Parts: sequence; structure tokens; C-alpha cells
Amino acid sequence: MNAKTILEMSDVSFKYDKETVVQNVSLSIKEGEFLGLVGPNGSGKSTLIKLMLGLLKPTAGKISLFDQPIRSFKQWEDIGFVSQKANSFNSGFPATVLEVVKMGRVSKTGMFRFFTRRDKEQSIEALKTVEMEDYLHHNIGELSGGQQQRVFIARALVSEPKFLILDEPTVGVDARHVADFYDLLEKLNKEKGITLLMVSHDIGTITEHASHVVCMNKTIHFHGHSEEYKAFSDDDLNRLYGHAVQQLTHNHHNGEAGEL
Amino acid sequence: MIESFLTYEFLQNAALAGIMIGFVSPLLGVFIVVRRLSLIADALSHITLTGIAASLLVEKKVDAIQEWNPVYMGMAFSVIGAVLIEKLRKVYKHYEELAIPIILSGGIGVGVILISLAEGFNTDLFSYLFGSVTAVSRTNMFTVLVITIAVIIVVTLFYKELFVLSFDEDHASISGVNGKLVHFIFIVLVALVIASAMQIVGILLVSALMTLPVAAALRLSKSFKQTIGLSIFFGEVSVITGLVTSYYLSVPPGGTIVVTAIMILTLAIIYKKVSSQLSLKGETV
Ligand SMILES: Nc1ncnc2c1ncn2[C@@H]1O[C@H](COP(=O)(O)OP(=O)(O)OP(=O)(O)O)[C@@H](O)[C@H]1O
Ligand SMILES: [Mg+2]
Repeated sequence: MNAKTILEMSDVSFKYDKETVVQNVSLSIKEGEFLGLVGPNGSGKSTLIKLMLGLLKPTAGKISLFDQPIRSFKQWEDIGFVSQKANSFNSGFPATVLEVVKMGRVSKTGMFRFFTRRDKEQSIEALKTVEMEDYLHHNIGELSGGQQQRVFIARALVSEPKFLILDEPTVGVDARHVADFYDLLEKLNKEKGITLLMVSHDIGTITEHASHVVCMNKTIHFHGHSEEYKAFSDDDLNRLYGHAVQQLTHNHHNGEAGEL
Repeated sequence: MIESFLTYEFLQNAALAGIMIGFVSPLLGVFIVVRRLSLIADALSHITLTGIAASLLVEKKVDAIQEWNPVYMGMAFSVIGAVLIEKLRKVYKHYEELAIPIILSGGIGVGVILISLAEGFNTDLFSYLFGSVTAVSRTNMFTVLVITIAVIIVVTLFYKELFVLSFDEDHASISGVNGKLVHFIFIVLVALVIASAMQIVGILLVSALMTLPVAAALRLSKSFKQTIGLSIFFGEVSVITGLVTSYYLSVPPGGTIVVTAIMILTLAIIYKKVSSQLSLKGETV
């Protein structure tokens, strides 16, 4: 049981202007884990993810990916990312679905090299996994929000990453495709051993699928197995999140999907 | 026309430079437009004017310098302007677009002072403002050729990177793209192309050649590659039609080129309207 460390954060803090939004976070993700990241709106989840990806620089603390400091990290083809509200891109952008997904191959292809037929084939393959292969030559801006989101999921999968980071990837995706998506994640995680980190407000579903859960609200309030998390009573949860967010957690473990 | 084209070197220079400019301006223009940087072209063209004014002033005041080619000084100022815009964009993180009016007005302000110090300009100034078919020397034409080749090589080599950077800067960063470097190379090329195109279309209209063909192409294309292809096609049609009419009507080519580009844009908008209405009707029938 000596799984590789995929991500290591130690004592990471971050502030945008004055207010600290991530405080003294230490977090370690091992290979093969499926980590669900939950917390109320504005609790710093997206910020934490941007820190992990080097899109923001921490004001304090250390971050490493695959045992390399984030500053000098180079193996970007091992990382897949679906950002929150990926469809807030310039919707008038003249690009087809295929062109967008191929973008996910940039890290794998590398500088001064051109895309080959293989990149195209892999892109179509990725689009098949999200059932969007019929839209290959459609303009990305002319798709519905949920369809766009599925295209961005394909873009994250197309480089065959070892670590997949998903920030509310299923927002706007219909129920059937959400279910398919979770099946896909489970398959990637169990069969291919891909490490997953996913932010979700659908606590019921995420704790059902994830192996581990992290609850954060500026700092980490809980990090452990999802079984442990599911065993909490409502009172425990209220204490976990503090008073400010009491109303936001309810009945996550009596069948109904709780919303956070 | 053919006869005079073969007789007069200046016409050949203008035509060849025009064809190259009609290619590279819309090519870079596509990236400029989708990244919402259209106004940068304007700022850089105005600071090019400052460079030209400085060059003409030096030529006039310093006896040792006789025939300075003002285009080079224009290029130098344009590149410096591009670097300054990038610096300013960092200073005003939340108001990045402020960099543009600062450089634009600064360029004009200094330019006007230099022009007055040189005790006003002659016809030269007019041709720099609105373009000219006679202003392109053989040397200038070769300079444009070198810049054209550089642009084509860089865009081909960095096509992926430029595309990702234009679509989604975060994704570019996590794809290992050195966004700062690619953007810097790109903006320097834009500065050089602006100073080149200025000779034909003039300072005031140079940004039109970078944006109008792209605006028309955007109405008609689905993919990014198609947008690039159509933009270049519209750019070439505008430049060639514009140069020919400019020659016959004896008006500055800047005017005729831009008017042609606007006609193409209008046609593209109408075509899109009509064709989408037709397809709507087709569906309801
Ligand atoms: N670009 C920014 N500039 C300044 N403050 C920001 C910025 N982005 C987020 N914040 C602030 O940081 C805090 C954390 O935001 P973050 O987006 O990380 O929350 P989140 O947990 O992802 O929330 P949600 O569930 O709504 O996605 C919020 O208080 C927000 O106002
Ligand atoms: Mg968020």
C-alpha cells in the first residue's frame, strides 16, 4: 500500500486582494483515489483548484504535482481539467467541436509539432465517450450549455490524463448524461486507475461514487473516506460546516440527493 | 493598367506589397479579433505615426541625415508601443483595456508636437495618413516580404498555441503553453505588420484591414480554419480592388481598400440574414 502521491499541498494560503479565501490547507491525494471536494458557495473550492494547477500562485505554502514543485511542473499531458462554467468562454468564437477537443492534445503534441491524424482520431474517440460525435463540425457556440459542457469534458479526457480535475463538470448536463458521466468516471478510476478530483454540490451522488471526501470552507473541515462522511448525522455536519451554512446541508444520506 | 504596371516600378512595388499585406493583416487580424484586442491595432498604428514624425523631424533638422526611411522608425515605435501596452496591462490588471487609450493618445500627442517642430508636413504626411500607391520603394517592398515570411512561419509553428491562447488562457497555461512568450512574439509581429501595411492603407485605416475582413468572415464560418481562409480571401479582394480603383480614380488607396472591405462586410451580413431566413422558411414548409 505505497501508492504514489499525485498532489501534495502543505500549509497553502491564498488571498485575492485582502481577504484570505484559502487558509492553511494541507492536502495529499494518492494515486487511484476519487476525491469529492464539497463546500458551500464561495468556500474557496475553485480557488484551491486553480492553485493546484498553477493558475494562481499561493501567498504561502507549497504545492507539488507528481512530486514536482508546481512552478517547474512540465508533464501537463498527465493533467485533465474541466473548469467551472467552462461555457462562459466567448460564445461567438469561431471554432468547431472538433477544433475545441483537439486543443486538449496540445500538451501531448508539444511545441513545434503539428497535429496528426492520430490527434483527430483520439478527439473523435473522446467525443464518442460523451456521445457528442455527431456534432463534430458544429460551431461550439451554437450548442446548448449542457452539450458544450460535454465537449469540454471530452477535451479534458483526450490527452489521456493520469489526474483529472473537474470543477462542477455536470452543471447544465441532463440527468441521463450525468448518470452516464458518473459511470464513465467510475470506469476511468477503477479500470484505468485515473486519479480524480471532483467538485460537486450534489453531495448525495458524489459521496456515493467518490472514495474520499474533502469538506472545505476556507480551511479543510473534513478529509476522509466517503463511508466515514456518509455515517455523519446532520448534527455532525452542521458542526462541520459551522453555523453560517447550516441551512445548506440537509438529508444527504436518506436517499434524496442533498444540495450544498 | 497592365502596361503601366510593367513600366512603373512603383506600381509593381505597391501591388506586391499590397498582396502581401492583404494576406498577413487579416491572418493576424483573426487572432486579434477573437481575443478582443481590436483596439490594439489602432493604438499601434497611431504610435507608428509618432515614429514617422520623429524620423521626418530628424531628417529635416540633422544635416548629416539625408534620406532616412521613415518606415523603420515607424516600426521601431510600433514595437516599443506594443511592449508598453503589455507593461501597462499588467499595471492595470482589472482595466487592461486602459492601456490602449493611454498609448493611442500618447502617440498622437507626441506625434503632433514632433510634426509642429518640423514646421508642418507636406504631401508626405497625407500619404502616411491615408496610404499611397507611390510611397512604396523597392527596399520597403522587400522589408514587407521579410515580415510576411516571418509572420507565416511563426503562425504556422505556433498555430496550436495561438489557438489555445485565444480560446482559453487557463487551458493554454495547463497545456504547458508559455502564454507570455507566445503573446509577446505575436504582438511584436502585429506591430511590424501594422508599420508595413501603413504604407499602403495609411495609419488611420490600417486597423480596418486587420478587422473588417475578419468581421465578414465571422458571419460566414463555423470553424477557425475557415475563418482564417475567408478573412485572407476578403483581405486580398479588398486590397486588389482597392489598389486598382485607387489608381484609376487617383484617390488614396486607404479609402478605396476600406470601402471595398466594408462592401464585403455588408454583403456578408446580408447573405447571412437571407440564408438563415431561407432555411427557416425551408423548415416550416
Ligand atoms: N477573481 C477573483 N477576485 C477576487 N475574489 C475572488 C475571485 N474569485 C473568487 N473570489 C472570492 O474568493 C472566494 C472563493 O471563491 P471560489 O470561487 O473559490 O469559491 P467556490 O468554493 O468555488 O464557490 P462555488 O461553489 O460558488 O463555485 C469567494 O468569496 C469569492 O468572492
Ligand atoms: Mg467554484
